[in-house]
Amino acid sequence: MKTIIKSTIALLTVLIAFTSCNNTTKSDRESGALASNVAEKVYVAPGEHDEFYAFISGGYSGNLTVYGLPSGRMFKEIPVFSQFPTSGYGYSEETKPMLNTSHGFIPWGDSHHPDISQTNGEIDGRFIFINENNTPRIAKIDLKTFETTEIIEVPNSAGNHSSSFVTENTEYVVAGTRFSVPIPQRDMPIKDYKGNFQGALSFISVAPETGNMDIKFQVLMPGFNYDLSHPGRGKSHGWFFFTTYNTEEASTLLEVNASQNDKDFIAAVNWKKIEEYVNNGGGTMMPADYAHNVYDEHTHTATSTMIKEVRVVNPIDVPGAVYFLPTPKSPHGCDVDPSGEYIVGNGKLSANLTVHSFTKMLDAIENEKFAGEAYGIPILNFEDVLAGVVEQPGLGPLHTEFDGKGNAYTTFFISSEVVKWKLGTWEVVDRQPTFYSVGHLTIPGGNSGKPQGKYMFAMNKITKDRYLPTGPELEHSAQLYDISGDKMELLLDFPTHGEPHYAAAMRADLIKERSQKIYNLEDNKHPYAAFTDDDTKVVRKGNEVHIYMTTIRSHFSPDNIEGVKVGDKVYFHVTNLEQDFDVPHGFAVLGQNTSELLIMPGQTKSSVWEPTKVGVWPFYCTDFCSALHQEMQGYIRVSPADSNTPIKWSLGEDIE
Amino acid sequence: MKKSNIIMLLAALLPLALFIFPLWNITLEAPQYPIPLGMNIHINDFADANPHDIKNINLMNHYVGMKYIPDAIPEFKIFPAGILITTVIGLLIAFRGNYKWFMFWFILMIILCSAGLYDFYLWEHDYGHDLDPKAIMKFTNPDGTAMGFQPPLFGSKDILNFKAHSYPRLGAYFLGLGIAASLIAYLVGKKNHKKPLTM
Repeated sequence: MKTIIKSTIALLTVLIAFTSCNNTTKSDRESGALASNVAEKVYVAPGEHDEFYAFISGGYSGNLTVYGLPSGRMFKEIPVFSQFPTSGYGYSEETKPMLNTSHGFIPWGDSHHPDISQTNGEIDGRFIFINENNTPRIAKIDLKTFETTEIIEVPNSAGNHSSSFVTENTEYVVAGTRFSVPIPQRDMPIKDYKGNFQGALSFISVAPETGNMDIKFQVLMPGFNYDLSHPGRGKSHGWFFFTTYNTEEASTLLEVNASQNDKDFIAAVNWKKIEEYVNNGGGTMMPADYAHNVYDEHTHTATSTMIKEVRVVNPIDVPGAVYFLPTPKSPHGCDVDPSGEYIVGNGKLSANLTVHSFTKMLDAIENEKFAGEAYGIPILNFEDVLAGVVEQPGLGPLHTEFDGKGNAYTTFFISSEVVKWKLGTWEVVDRQPTFYSVGHLTIPGGNSGKPQGKYMFAMNKITKDRYLPTGPELEHSAQLYDISGDKMELLLDFPTHGEPHYAAAMRADLIKERSQKIYNLEDNKHPYAAFTDDDTKVVRKGNEVHIYMTTIRSHFSPDNIEGVKVGDKVYFHVTNLEQDFDVPHGFAVLGQNTSELLIMPGQTKSSVWEPTKVGVWPFYCTDFCSALHQEMQGYIRVSPADSNTPIKWSLGEDIE
Repeated sequence: MKKSNIIMLLAALLPLALFIFPLWNITLEAPQYPIPLGMNIHINDFADANPHDIKNINLMNHYVGMKYIPDAIPEFKIFPAGILITTVIGLLIAFRGNYKWFMFWFILMIILCSAGLYDFYLWEHDYGHDLDPKAIMKFTNPDGTAMGFQPPLFGSKDILNFKAHSYPRLGAYFLGLGIAASLIAYLVGKKNHKKPLTM
């Protein structure tokens, strides 16, 4: 108790010291001349493009948002793990399978850590991966179309948090479990957690050409909480590092019970070694049940396949594959510098920031200098692997990124600031306040061998008074800093959508050039597509009615439909015949129990309507597509269930 | 082979470039088309300047009742045949004829090209004026007559929200060069002919 009081007083003293420090900085910044200079730095003239893309996770929105830097303008919200009525994602027949899981259809997700694909340790801008925390899944977004094209469920995992970081050549996207669970899941008392629960670290291979994901193996680790992770790079390529907390293995009141050990671990996993073991037939196939959902851009349709087994590896069976590096205290971020030498453990309850040395780690392993073991996994000596300590840099370190010029930038949640320090000398060179309580930060190219260190942005957890008030619920706020000089300079506040946990950013040029404008109609292989106005038809199969419909400025074909009856299941299969950039058409029918469809040029999307009322119901285009958009409408007649109204359809003439 | 005949040979061959390069181009600029819509006119084809441009021109033009640009027109058969025939004639002349024949080929080409341009003008006029009576939008000129949407034969012109540009392309320059070369061949041939021949 005494120690708690003592440390609280110590904390408060430091807090007050930092607060007063922040105040001076803040008042300095408010001088007029400086402010106008800053405005120029974030001003992107009308029609000009930003220099960087930022992909910011939506947290509990389940999605991923796309921003431009330095302007802080939002360009798109990409639906990933949540239904998105704006486009019909997760509502249309084609995209419902994307949200299928072993627990059935799940309309919502909690997206966390986007990471961009890499080649030779450099960001290549082909794909972006993002994890879903709640029902463990990893998604892949194709940066040609900015659409989610693949989602794989991660079995044996719970709280998919130390994810979805990619290795140097995108060999793997890695997904670690935050909550350990019984593996396989079974009915057992919660109090028997310790020694019985396990944590799975999943290595999902990514096919070099297509990017197709496949769970290559899962390492079944002791029942700690695996919080964040990063790949080794350069000299440490082939290793992966995971921070852990709750090495106490508590199952209740974790805020206290998981904060008792002075040191938790960073788990160092030699995945190359395990890969070789697996390639030689190592590991065991374990019964499992997980969904693999793939969107085909030619059929414009997703399919969901249930997979029934997964390869698991017991780390003890692969000597030399896994080691524990003691790290104070409940570390959150686990960050590897561009050279691959330094592994930063952001001990969120520690007063100091711990940096491990990869070279020293190898040396300690070679000389078998072990301090002990945990569940058969060797623990190295803290002092043997320590590269250095940043002394008392702030309170509550969470995450560190690098500028490629020998500097590191760490966020401090409790003291609400970003601290810049030097790799090697471990001295603090600058600190800037954040408003307020920063979580993660991003430097373009941050998780790569070549960061593009011009800007850094901090994603704050608390917004309070930064913008015009909008009632109790506020968007979160990000802050952009210029880091090109010796000192960081705050440039801009911009609101973010959902709760950004993390972001990935990169120079715009690579992605911009490849960004697709339309879908080629010639490549459309959708089974219900219609390719001309004359191609359209209405087909009854029992009580299912399939309407093969087209849209082009400014009409639907057909736009008069009869013969549908109450109790029918009506499928509107709408093909947008446009082949011009940025001419989508929308579709909605009165009384539809689902979202609209927003159909891009060359695309086919389907919506199901189960009419419950007799009448003549209008449908219309929901996107202001053209000068005659208001006229883009039609009618569908719904007759009583026992009627004999024949199926008929037309465009431009009265139905006989 | 005489110098003038060599020039004539070149003159006869140059128009063949029309089988590779477009003859003419019409480009339509508007604020919402940061990349303008464009159509390249080949002697045997209408081609998109950028993918789907013709489809998008048709979509724009249907609002004012203009017809769709046809996939094929009779000229696509006549023009290539004309080029081939005149090339054969040109080659025969280059190998067999004297400078007077060069002038004949030059005049022949001028007449055929003028006919071609006139034909193009007639098509353009029809395209711009023969409008669907059920056109979605009808515009009138200040004098009350129905507004036409004929693109310029040569040059630039404002048509409603579009600025239309109509200019020759590489194929046409080759054709022009060929015709000019035949005139040069004639002049060179004539000059050499006047020199007293000392054999």
